[in-house]
Amino acid sequence: MVYCPKSSHIHYLVLIRLNGACAVLNYIWFVMLVTGFVVGIMNGRVDEITQAVVDSSKNAVEISIGLLGIMCLWTGLMEVAEKSGIVRSIAKTVRPVMEFLFPGIPKGHPASGAIVMNLVANFLGLGNAATPLGIKAMNELQKLNPDKDTATDEMSMFLVLNTSCIQFIPATIIALRASFGSKNPAEVIGTIWVASICAFITGIVAAKTLSYFFKGKSQAKKRFENKTGRGRA
Amino acid sequence: MSFIKELSSYAIPALIFVILSAGIYKGVKVYDVFLEGAKEGITTVLRIIPPLVGLMVAVGVFRASGALDLLVFAVRPAADFLRIPTEALPMVFLRPISGSASLAMLSDIFKMYGPDSFVGRLASTFMGSTETIFYTLAVYFGVVGIKNIRHTLAAALIADFAGVIAAVWICTKVFGG
Repeated sequence: MVYCPKSSHIHYLVLIRLNGACAVLNYIWFVMLVTGFVVGIMNGRVDEITQAVVDSSKNAVEISIGLLGIMCLWTGLMEVAEKSGIVRSIAKTVRPVMEFLFPGIPKGHPASGAIVMNLVANFLGLGNAATPLGIKAMNELQKLNPDKDTATDEMSMFLVLNTSCIQFIPATIIALRASFGSKNPAEVIGTIWVASICAFITGIVAAKTLSYFFKGKSQAKKRFENKTGRGRA
Repeated sequence: MSFIKELSSYAIPALIFVILSAGIYKGVKVYDVFLEGAKEGITTVLRIIPPLVGLMVAVGVFRASGALDLLVFAVRPAADFLRIPTEALPMVFLRPISGSASLAMLSDIFKMYGPDSFVGRLASTFMGSTETIFYTLAVYFGVVGIKNIRHTLAAALIADFAGVIAAVWICTKVFGG
């Protein structure tokens, strides 16, 4: 889930783009409801549908209220984590890996800092901190981009890592399991880690491999220049 | 595979211990900061309510009408091929599209089968191991005005698919299925 960032400036930017991004959901929501009504009428389940509408909306609020305690505990702890500089110190230790994943970013460029911080924030489940950092990372990557309309390899890699990022403690899921009376709400943490790591590694391989097949204009040109020895030099 | 269960039980206490120790070490007023952050939890939950109401109603109607059974029936061959329980399959489709929609679907699965059923545990693992791809790409590329995203979506979906397969495999190993 993506939360809105704190900074009001970024907030507006995200909201403007968000309308476009959520357009798909307009259709999905509509199709689910209409298909439900049509199929329900054909099955003679109109009363059940009415019941479902009433029950589901009530359930949604009950579930949300059930999440309150754990979510408060968690965001509170994460605030402590943020203030203690844990994000920064993890970011420092994983820096060498970043140089392998993002060869196109010059050493010491602010882009790599923002990328690492965003991924670490995602890893810790700091939704509020992650989004502004991610936007900063994209802005910095765009500065390095010769062709402003086309994604660079680095942007693709960053977003693939971002969407397949491992979440250390999946707090919302644990809270939801707890509110449905699970005997051991945290028991899925291990399986989530294993599945996430597989997705993460596959994502890295896929992004690296596919980047050779999907060349943008500037990438193709750069490659040509490298081969023929012409170019920036 | 029992160590995976052990890992799960130690993760939360260990993380709380590390965070609080790091906070004290850095001279952070841990309790004050905790309270400050905990307030944010309330707004986070309040923000989930409207989308969750809308989407849970949609999921509820979809299930009550029998449309979900039709969908599950239609995708059964694919599910059997991938060895995914058909009840958990709608999660696989919804997860990359919308976080709130998959949360609504997860609640629906918990309600129907219970969080401690195999389907419940598997759906939890699906939910936790992948992200909302379309939304994230739209926001981040949108902010900088990128129009040609090249292989990004393909690579992200491949990663997502690998996560699904891995989730089925590890859940079968750990929880039996």
